[in-house]
Order: sequence, then C-alpha cells, then structure tokens
Amino acid sequence: MHNLFIGELAERLKNRQISSVELTRHFLSRIERFSPALNAFITLTAEQALIDAAAADARLGKGERGPLLGIPLIHKDIFCTDGVKTSCGSRMLDNFVAPYDATVVARLKAAGTVMLGKSNMDEFAMGSSNETSYYGPVKNPWDISKVPGGSSGGSAAATAARLAPLATGTDTGGSIRQPAALTGVTGLKPTYGRVSRYGMIAFASSLDQAGVFARSAADAAAALQVIAGFDPRDSTSVDVPVPDYSAPLSRPLKGLKIGLLREFFDGLEPRNAALIEDALNIFTGLGAETREVSLPHLPLSVPTYYVVAPAECSSNLSRFDGVRFGYRCENPKDLLDLYKRSRGEGFGAEVKRRIMTGTYVLSAGYFDAYYLKAQKARRLITDDFRSAFETVDLLIGPTTPTPAFDIGAKMNDPVLMYLNDIYTIGANLAGLPGVSVPCGFVDSLPMGLQLIGPHFAEAKLLNAAHQYQQATDWHRHAPRGYE
Amino acid sequence: MSLTRQDVEKIAHLARLSITDQEMPVYVSSLSSIVDFVDELSRTDTAGVVPMAHPLDGQHQRLREDAVSESDHHEKYQRNAPAVTAGLYVVPRVIE
Amino acid sequence: MRDWEVVIGLEIHAQLATQSKIFSGSATAYGAPPNTQADLVDLAYPGVLPVLNARAVQMAVKFGLAVDATIARRSVFARKNYFYPDLPKGYQISQYELPVVARGSLQVMLDDGAVKTVGITRAHLEEDAGKSLHEGLANASGIDLNRAGTPLLEIVSEPDMRSAKEAVAYMKKIHTLVRYLEICDGNMQEGSFRCDANVSVRPKGEEKLGTRAEIKNLNSFRFVEKAIQYEVARQVELIESGGKVVQETRLYDSDKDETRSMRSKEEANDYRYFPDPDLLPVEIDAKFIEAVHKTLPELPDQKAARFAKDFGLSAYDAGVLSASRELGAYFEAVVAGLSAGHAKLAANWVMGELSSALNRENVDIEHSRVNPPQLTGLLNRIVDETISGKIAKEVFEAMWSEGKPADTIIEAKGLRQITDAGAIEGVIDAVIAANPKQLADYRSGKDKLFGFFVGQVMKATAGKANPAQLNDLLKKKLGGGGHA
Repeated sequence: MHNLFIGELAERLKNRQISSVELTRHFLSRIERFSPALNAFITLTAEQALIDAAAADARLGKGERGPLLGIPLIHKDIFCTDGVKTSCGSRMLDNFVAPYDATVVARLKAAGTVMLGKSNMDEFAMGSSNETSYYGPVKNPWDISKVPGGSSGGSAAATAARLAPLATGTDTGGSIRQPAALTGVTGLKPTYGRVSRYGMIAFASSLDQAGVFARSAADAAAALQVIAGFDPRDSTSVDVPVPDYSAPLSRPLKGLKIGLLREFFDGLEPRNAALIEDALNIFTGLGAETREVSLPHLPLSVPTYYVVAPAECSSNLSRFDGVRFGYRCENPKDLLDLYKRSRGEGFGAEVKRRIMTGTYVLSAGYFDAYYLKAQKARRLITDDFRSAFETVDLLIGPTTPTPAFDIGAKMNDPVLMYLNDIYTIGANLAGLPGVSVPCGFVDSLPMGLQLIGPHFAEAKLLNAAHQYQQATDWHRHAPRGYE
Repeated sequence: MSLTRQDVEKIAHLARLSITDQEMPVYVSSLSSIVDFVDELSRTDTAGVVPMAHPLDGQHQRLREDAVSESDHHEKYQRNAPAVTAGLYVVPRVIE
Repeated sequence: MRDWEVVIGLEIHAQLATQSKIFSGSATAYGAPPNTQADLVDLAYPGVLPVLNARAVQMAVKFGLAVDATIARRSVFARKNYFYPDLPKGYQISQYELPVVARGSLQVMLDDGAVKTVGITRAHLEEDAGKSLHEGLANASGIDLNRAGTPLLEIVSEPDMRSAKEAVAYMKKIHTLVRYLEICDGNMQEGSFRCDANVSVRPKGEEKLGTRAEIKNLNSFRFVEKAIQYEVARQVELIESGGKVVQETRLYDSDKDETRSMRSKEEANDYRYFPDPDLLPVEIDAKFIEAVHKTLPELPDQKAARFAKDFGLSAYDAGVLSASRELGAYFEAVVAGLSAGHAKLAANWVMGELSSALNRENVDIEHSRVNPPQLTGLLNRIVDETISGKIAKEVFEAMWSEGKPADTIIEAKGLRQITDAGAIEGVIDAVIAANPKQLADYRSGKDKLFGFFVGQVMKATAGKANPAQLNDLLKKKLGGGGHA
C-alpha cells in the first residue's frame, strides 16, 4: 500500500477499496516502526490523524471526491499548525504551540488530507544536512550513516522511507530539491509567490518558498494544485490564475527546448555527469531538443545567497526575544540579559552564526560592500536566467554536486557545507520554479536531476519531469528495508 | 578579511546574542571564513547595476482595504508567553 | 557675549485616523484593555506577514498634496532594526531611502503677523510601537501592544525655525492641517500627535550648523516651547563656558523643566536599514493621486483668504476662525443667518463670548451648548437693536446655561431695549433733575461727566436704553459741554 502513488491511493479511496482510516493506520504503523531510527519526526499527531481520517472517510462516503481527500501527509515543522507544537527545529520554539494554521496547512486540510505529524528539519531551515536541528540529525534511509540533506530532511527521509505518500517542505536555497535528490524522491519548489508564505516561519523572506515532496512528479502536481494560489495575507503572494497541473503532464515533449547549464558541468564528478548525460539522452529520445547554455554569473550564487539570506534572517529572527512566546532564559537580571541569554541559549550554533553574518553585512560601514553588492549580483544572476529563457524552455543540470555525505562530515566547515547548495541557490535568487527527480545512483546512493523553469512554468516543469519518469524507473526505487 | 574578537563581540551585542568564552574563538574563525568567502563578490564588476531586493522585481505592493478584521484573542495568544500579568507581557524593568 | 542663532527642525509623528492598523486588521481605537487589539501580526507571531492598509497610503498622499509636496511614484518600506520590548518584531517597518512624500513647504503665521515659509523635507509612513507600563510591577515592566502597528505619518521639517515660538507656530499649523485633512485626530493627550525636536545653536552670521541634540517625544505645544527654550539655554551656556554640544538624544522632563541625555538608547545605534522583503514597493500613479486630490477639503490658508476677502475680516481674525474646520464651519453658519455686513460682529462673538464659554467649560465647538442658529438668533437681536451688545452678553450666558433661544430669554427677562425716544427722554429728565451739581459741573466743562449721566440712565433702565439713542438724546438735553 505504501508503495502506491497518490493517484493510485486516491483511486482506491474513491472505490472504497480502502478507507482513509486504514491508510492512516498503515502509515502510522510504519512510522512507529521506522521513525525512531530515522529521527524524521519532531511531533506525531496520531490521535488527531485518525479523527481526520474518519472525517475524510465520511466525506468520501457522501460521494465527495478530491485528488487528496483522505491522503495522509507530513508537514515540515516550519509550518504553523493550530493547536500543535511548531518548533522549527529549534529549542527556541520547543514549547511553542501555534495558534493558527499556515495557509499551506489550511488548504491541505480543506482538501481532506490527514496530517500524521510534523517532520524534523534543520533549525529555522538553516542547514543542508539536517544536523542543525535541536532534535538531532535525521538519518538517510538509504544509509543511516549519511545525512538526508536539508533543511527539509525529515520530510524527504519520511517520503523516501514510505512513511507517507506526501510531505511539505520549504526551499530557501535548495531545502526541498537537495534533500529530495539525496533521498531519491521528487521535490518541487514552485515559483516565488506561487504558494503563500503565510504561517511558514520565515528564514529569508525574499527566498523562502513552500513546496512538496512526493514520489512522482504527478503526485507533486496534485499537491501543488491544492497549495498554489493567491493569499491576501501574504503581500508577496502573486495573484495569477492557477492552471491545471495534472492534465498537461501527458503532453509529449516534442520540440521542448532544454538548456544544459554549462556552469553546472564545469568540474562535475564524472559519475554524476554521466547520470545527467543519460537523462539528456532520455529527453532527446522523448523529442526534446537540448543545447548548452551559459549563465556567466551563476558562480556568484553562493556568495550572493550567503549575504542576502543571513541579512534577512538576522532581522526575521529578532522577534524571538523571550517576551511573547518561545524560550526565555532563567532569572534574567535585566532586559539586556533577558534578550542575550534567551536568544543565546534558545538558538543553536548555525542559527547564531547566520544571524551574526547578517547583522555584520547590514551594519554601518559594510552595507554597501556586502548587502548592496549582493543585491546587484542578484540582478546579474537573474538577468542571466532571463536571457537563457529567451532561447530555451527549461534548464537542466544536477541537483547536488555529490550524493549524501556522512553525518558530521561538514559540520565544522560552514563554507564547505554552504557549497552543497551551489546548484540550487540560483533558482531561489531569481524566484524560479525547480524540481528535482531521481536520476540514478552513485555509490548506491540516489542522485537528483534538476529542472528549472521560468516564472510560473510549473506545468511545463512537471510535464517534463513526468515524461522523464514515464521513461525511467529511478523514482520507483525504494531504500532497502523500506520496500 | 578577518574578523577580530572585538568585531564579533560587537555584532553579538547588536544581535543580542550571548556568546560564551568557549564559543567565541569558533565564531571568530567561522565568521571570518564566511566573510572571506562572500568577499568574492567584491571581485565582480557591478558598475551601473540596479540592486535587486526581491524576486518579484517590478511588481508592486497590493493594498488592503481599511477594515477591522481581527477580534480579541489575547488569552489564546498569551498561552505561549513566558510571563503575563493582567493582560500585559512582563519583562525586566525597562529603563528609559 | 556673542549673539546666538537658534536652529530648529521638527519631526512630527501624526497617528493616522484609520480604522485598522497599517499592516494588520486590528482596531486602532484608543484605550482598550491591554493587548486586546493586538493580533498575530501586531504580536510578531512566527510566520505572519504584513499587508499594507490602502487608507494609510491615501492619507499620506493627501498630506503631501496639502503641502505642495512631490508624491513619490514609487516608495519603499524598510526595516529599522533594534531591540526594545515595545517593538515586537525587533524591527520597525518604516520608510528610509524612498519616502512616500518628498519635498514640500508650509506657510506659517507668526505672532507678529509675519508669514514664514517652512520647508518640509519629507513625510513617510511607519508603524507605531507598543507601550511599556511600570505602575504596580515590582522591578518589572508590562508590555501593551495595542498601539503597535498603528499607522504613523512622520513629517520631517527642514531646520527652518529660529525660535521655540516659531517651532510651536509650525507645529500648530501642521496640527491644524492634519485635522482639516481628517487624517489625524490631533489628540495630544492620547499621543496621536507628538514630535521630536532637533535643536542647535550657532553664532549669528555663521553658515555652518551647530551640533544638534534631538529632544524625543514632546506631546504638548507647551512642552515643545519649554523644552526648546531649556535646550537652547543649555547649549549656549555650555558653549560659552568652553564646552561642546554632543550629538545625542535627550528627553524632556516636564516636572523638572529640563532635558536630560538618554544615553541608554543612544548606545551603539546601528539600525541596519534594508528594504522589507515582506513588502513590495508602493506604486502611486496619477489616477491614485487624482482620486485623493478630489477628497482634499478647502485648506486652512484658502479658508482664511476667503474669510478675509468675502467677509472683510483682518488677517488675524481670518486666521483664528480658520484654525479648525469646525470653528470655520460654525462661523460660516452664523454669518449665513445674518444680513450682509455683519460678519465682523459674528467674528467677534465667535472668537469672544463663544470661545471663552467653550474654554471655560472645556467643550469642543461641535458640542457647544449654543449652536450656530441660536447664536445667529442672538446676533440678529443686536442687529435689529432689540438689545444692546452688553445685554446680549447677559442673554448669551442665559442661553448657555438654560439652553433656550435668545428671544425667549429676552422676553422672559424683559431685556428688550428701550428705543422709544420719549421714554428715554423721560428718564434723562429725571436723572438731570436729580443731579443738579453734576449738571453744573458738566456745563462748566467737565466733559467726563457725560459718562456719569449715561451710567445713571442705564442704571435707571436696567441697561436697556438703546445706547446710540441715549447718546444723542443726552447730548441734546445736557447742551453745552464739548465732548465728541
């Protein structure tokens, strides 16, 4: 049952071959069995899940139909869930119960999904390995000595381990696509503004975007259909119509122009490069045209990101001050002490490092050299993408430079860790949609193929990913022991 | 560019973060390497480039109608608060 | 001792009279129980986002148009980062590099009647902070965030004022203007209208500005005047005794009537402004401006000019009567009920008896116990000589306390003026007969005694004799005497 795709599960629910309660119990039992070793969850909501599943069954019983009605899912613990602990992977919010639902959560709830729990993540989504979580690292189901990637590592690992057919995530610099690649699942980061950020705890407001993990592009399309759309509570939510994402999946790719990102291939490890070459051949076989394109400023992505994201996070995280919610230090001797110790003790090392980096690049005397300079570089990178999309429909390349690495391997070298995001950050800086799909294995670990499209080209992106998945079976591979 | 301990102390104070003596050298070195890394930007020619603050560049702010849509839920909201009295959030004395 | 020139610029904070907050749907009403008007956005809960209130933008544009300012077609909200318990997000959303209102100016009438132009550097939108309360809490403060997120228009002047009095005249003019525009209730006790004053001194003739001190949070015209006076004296004394003014933030203590340094707030200020990534640039097109333009009322200066021209009032009277929309409307309603040529009479009464009654009872003109038709009724009795101006004051007091129309009171109290010449003559004759000595003195040249006779006749008629008639008749009867 857990190997079925969402479309297949929905079909069985519709035909009353299974009930949502049965489905929910099945996944809850898998979670009980596998999660302790994976550490994929921060909170389990089993009791509520069964209530919600029963409610979904009642809706189904009345003849109501919906592609996600009765489907269990996991929310990344960055999304506020009314009445449920929302920790953002931080000690700061270990005691925090959100009093409201994020728009993403509310939409999925209304669509009849059943929340099984909240997934583990890098603290405040700051990390590429899930090792910065206050709740400990998440393990990669393909090899528990490896990281699952981050920051949405819990959602990725749980999806890969078949603990749920669907999980939400957020992607600020690759936090959906990179863990999707490292755990062998499909991860979709929509266009900035396509999905509401309301209720998603902010890391870097101009880069954060909600998305999903699923085991196929078709499943991701069904989920995007529900979460996409204008939200008056988010000023950066874009009011453009939401197209049908499912129908165009089956379109043939004949004539699709795919650009191979030259910058992503320079110095790419040969086995990884070979997988991308294979994928290109598949696309050519499907009728697409491929050509090489160059985005000369793309190598500036990582330094640009590591100015912009920390700058915004340093300000976004100022609200965690021990006054209205969250962690407060013991016996503060005065106001300054309350602030410094609540924040010093409530935040972990990487979060503090990024807050300080951001504070530094915005401070008097450094603003122009760093923040403003990075904003200019951001335009150069964005303009590169724009010109590329004048000649091609989609861009293609690897999602990550390497497969999953050992837990602990990069924790002492932040810059080395940051370079993990080298292929994913560009899309965030330019606000573009991207998807990572499994494309093979290196050292028995899954690798991801990344597709990037122009703004609001999710349908085209998912179409290409789906057609690729029709021609390959990489996305059907399950980690050993989780089949 | 390398940051000194004094630089990091100043930043930590601005950001209201307590940093222990043991942690301090780690931050001095890691922040220095990050700043070194992002310094790569300084080698890029950005003359005449207009800064881009947001991916929705060129779009503008939507305006909301002036209407009261929220009601009082302070008891619910204050359940998360570490210290409350008579509806007020309590902090150590604010000295003006 | 050198001659010093005082240089003052004001930053006025006007709370905009919107129903809801600038970035949230919470109410802005004053005086609610603590934190009952603070929603998730005002409390800076994790995950929430700001959405801009259209009315706040319209109000800012309205102000800009009223001071002939340039309206920015594109303005940007920025974050001003600092930690303070009344600032829940740890940053204030404000405007920094690109404010909604750019350069404008305002004409201010000074006490001596001279008109001064004060430059307005900019006006920008921002959110107000909450409040820290200390009463009844041992070594702690309580935070009320009801005020957090209330829209503010910060109006920044050029350093054009040269005395505390000029600064107050400018501030009063802005106060008048924002109430005219109905963008701020102007309530200074409730903090709806307050200012920071930048004060410096320099030797007369010197071009270069002296180092300034910023006096924060002045919430009355009197405090503005006193704080600036104190600060000027402090700076002059400091410089003359060989010291140097340091650039700093100071607080005015009204109890001690002095300003003192707020070093705590000053320490390491580095606000790290940057564009708020949760908000996009605000675009204001010609259509938007035109729509706001249509809502502009007659402005105080326009009204004053019209009063002076149409009603023949002095510039001073016209200025006073146009100081608020309500006062101007009251005055115009009174004038409308009078026959032509009596606007000055109406002006005198509105600025005189009516204003003192309002002040005495501390009521707004909208709640005056004598309304415009009632006052017109009274003034018409002066115009048609039913009563004298003096009696009219008595009638006015009775109207105010009893709430009855003038005619009712005049009739009930028998205050109708005596205009029958025969009746007045009879009283004059009796008075003359009773005062032979004074008559003789008067006729021998003691002109001043004319007043004595007037007084005696008025006393005998309980003040009801028509003064002009009495004057003429008395002159005739007394004969001799050379008074005018």
